[in-house]
Amino acid sequence: MEPLRPSDHIDADALAAERAAERDDQEASGDARGASAAIAQPALGAVGWLRFAWRQLTSMRTALVLLLLLAVAAIPGSLVPQRSADPNGVVQYREDNPELFDILDTLQVFDTYTSVWFSAIYLLLFVSLIGCIIPRTLHHARALRSAPPKTPARLGRLVGYRTMDAPATVEQALDAAHAELRRRRYRVARYGDSLSAERGYLRETGNLVFHMALVGVLATIGFAGGFAYNGQKVLVQDQTFVNQLTSYDSFNPGRFFDDARLDAYGIRLDEFSAEYGLDQTTGIVQPLDFTAAVTVTENGEQRERVIKVNEPIDLAGTRLYLLGNGFAPVVTVRDAAGEVVFSEPVAFLPQDANLTSLGIIKVPDGLDEQLGMIGFFYPSALPLESGALTSIYPEPDQPVLTLNAFTGDLGLDDGVPRNAYALDTDDLEQITGGDTGTDSLVLGLGQSADLPNGIGSVEFTALPRFVSVDIHHDPTQAGVLVSSLLILGGLVVSLWVPRRRMWVTATATDDGVRLQYAGLARGDDPGLEQAVADLADAHSQRLAPTLES
Amino acid sequence: MENLVAYSLVAVYSAMGVYTVAFILFTLDLAKRSVAATDAASAAPAEAAAVASSSSATVTAASGSSATVTAASGAGSASGVATTIERPVTAAASALSTDGPVGATRFQKAAVALAALGWLLHLAAVLTRGVAAERVPWANMFEFGLTATAVGMGTFLGALLWKDVRYLGAYISGFTLLALGIVTVNFYVDVVPLPPALQSGWLVIHVLVAVLATGFFAIGAGLSIMQLLRSRAAASKAEGLRFVQTLPGASALESLAYRVNVVGFVFWTFTLIAGAIWAERAWGRYWGWDTKEVWTFIIWTLFAGYIHARATRGWRGDRSAWLAIIGFGAVIFNYTVVNLFFKGLHAYSGL
Ligand code: HEM
Repeated sequence: MEPLRPSDHIDADALAAERAAERDDQEASGDARGASAAIAQPALGAVGWLRFAWRQLTSMRTALVLLLLLAVAAIPGSLVPQRSADPNGVVQYREDNPELFDILDTLQVFDTYTSVWFSAIYLLLFVSLIGCIIPRTLHHARALRSAPPKTPARLGRLVGYRTMDAPATVEQALDAAHAELRRRRYRVARYGDSLSAERGYLRETGNLVFHMALVGVLATIGFAGGFAYNGQKVLVQDQTFVNQLTSYDSFNPGRFFDDARLDAYGIRLDEFSAEYGLDQTTGIVQPLDFTAAVTVTENGEQRERVIKVNEPIDLAGTRLYLLGNGFAPVVTVRDAAGEVVFSEPVAFLPQDANLTSLGIIKVPDGLDEQLGMIGFFYPSALPLESGALTSIYPEPDQPVLTLNAFTGDLGLDDGVPRNAYALDTDDLEQITGGDTGTDSLVLGLGQSADLPNGIGSVEFTALPRFVSVDIHHDPTQAGVLVSSLLILGGLVVSLWVPRRRMWVTATATDDGVRLQYAGLARGDDPGLEQAVADLADAHSQRLAPTLES
Repeated sequence: MENLVAYSLVAVYSAMGVYTVAFILFTLDLAKRSVAATDAASAAPAEAAAVASSSSATVTAASGSSATVTAASGAGSASGVATTIERPVTAAASALSTDGPVGATRFQKAAVALAALGWLLHLAAVLTRGVAAERVPWANMFEFGLTATAVGMGTFLGALLWKDVRYLGAYISGFTLLALGIVTVNFYVDVVPLPPALQSGWLVIHVLVAVLATGFFAIGAGLSIMQLLRSRAAASKAEGLRFVQTLPGASALESLAYRVNVVGFVFWTFTLIAGAIWAERAWGRYWGWDTKEVWTFIIWTLFAGYIHARATRGWRGDRSAWLAIIGFGAVIFNYTVVNLFFKGLHAYSGL
């Protein structure tokens, strides 16, 4: 018998169907055979063991178990926040469950998809996959070039077996059958007084393409992924971002990144506009459209472009996405003498759908003591009964800024990198808001207020908007897309092209010829029985004129 | 527009009413069948014996539709070729247990008719909702549930044209009814405009294909459940649910389930790819292990496992059926629990 391909499990059973016809039987004996095959491995020393291990790893059963393991191993990453997707969620988790956090972190659950255990499973799976593809490809290449295998001795147990008597000679009958099989695009070989035919090689080709394309996805990500990088930048209206490493707010380089790869271009936010719809009955505000109009400077040329959600722009091998937006109130701080010591837009991070936003202002220099402020910004402020403010609409109809001020050491000078969006108040003294006895500063646009103790004053000077832009360079996209389409194509072909073998034998009888037909499915093939019947019918039609002549 | 939204809801409730009756009739059909089943069961050995004894005859047309077909077509090749067709006894005898359902009752016809009527109302609800919203009717959980159940029911009714799977009627109509009830009562939201991230042609295609995949997986799971019941019944000689004996044989159910599930799997693969392309545009990366992405991946992997199981010794039969059912369970989980309770970028439930 020809060598078995990995996908011949069922086929092998089907060949064995000359012995056993009932599927249930097959299953039972299949189990038994599988078990005894495993046990019967002779102890051949190291090489033997290696070969044994390799065979186990590349077996269908191992592939199946690894696939299922992979599915299960992916679950934890959806239950707890991931550092890659939701870093703030991880910080929050740590605060909420400090003990559990340590255990889970040791187990790399916060980095599930790059963890040792997850990687081990998919790497093993892909080793198994490659070990499975290679012999199958070789085998298939051979099969493509060779004739269909010999006709089995007894067709009686195969699918769709039927016999037919026809008054013709063996040669006539076989010639007609040959022609009919060719018409049905079978590859046909003659063995004695029988024909052996096979079709549907494309099925295996599709299956191999599918599995190779899976490797293609992983390989693309593995290699090209090293050259990828992405960064984030908060861009305030009228500010210009220059594409260089130091300009980014955060940056994630791939393994092979070097900063010479960043092409110099500049981008300025000219205007950001947002459109909202208000549902009158529920009072819920829905964003409808976000548009950032920008000016791009590249090679000394200026161009106006528009970035929207779902409509990124391409620039010098990078792609720019509009991912967030908000307000960046300009706060001006003056010292006791009225001298400006700070005047900058500060991006406030949106906290809800109506853009109530939280921002941190740090004034390290120019005052006697360093000044830090935690601010809330309400685009459309409305006082609640309690006296607290809330925002009722995301557009700046009634912009109000409230500030709680702190003095002391901001900790900016000790070299430890500080989060610009957090203020560590442990070593600071609060001077407005909270329990200080002094109210929080509440400023409308253009208003100013004095800080306590004659420190100076704060003014809410202007209200530009900001957008947060993600800048990505991802060289894996093309390869992954091509592989994915091959995956889909290979899948469709391999699932719906039936691969089948067909046999016709002819035996001379007293008054003509006795014909036998049977088929064999290679893979799932519900239409096989009908196909054998169709062949027999068409064959008898072909034989008919022969008789008349 | 307000009116259309209201009409749509009226249509949903009417559809639910009609489905309820269809469900009851489908269930009655199964219940009544069990009585018939016991009769059939006692008759079966006798019939088998009859087949065996007639096996020496050249044409065994006693059972097995294919034998009859060939005999007829042999005659149909009216060219005077003397054809005699023989089929092995074993195949004929096993055809007894694998061929179409027996013992269907008169309730079944009415049930199918009502299911079709309910589906028309259901379809009307989907369409009016879409027209009212001036966009595709699958942009939040309510709409997705409404449309996915319509597709599931539609797939079932369409499948009836191809194969007699009416024994799935109780499962499908019960499931649809339950799902419709839950989405209208718990997930209902009024028509609201699309947030910017959803304003994309990919919403149409990505979600539509996900809906289709879900419909196919639902039916596949139904068939796998029937398969398990059937093989249980075959294994334990005990009585159990008697209608089960009127179902096609476990292996016929298994291969039917496989064919339905692989269609679902191809759709799912496409959903995954289309989703990745869209994610690249909307979120700046095609894959980021967002919770919804994770679960889409898990489901894909489970069904890849299922397909492998069907080609792996020792895993065909019950085990692969369980995989298909678990896979569909994961689809439901992805739609409900993941949407409602897991944090992620796919925050589009509208709730
Ligand atoms: C990354 C892991 C894998 C995935 C996602 C996967 C997925 C699939 C899918 C979806 C199919 C059905 C479509 C088709 O026939 O093309 C399939 C079939 C098949 N796979 Fe895999 N596979 C993987 C690994 C493997 C490995 C490691 C082996 C070998 C041990 C293998 C052997 C086969 C065989 C023989 C078939 C044909 C089964 C049949 O005829 O029904 N696969 N695989």
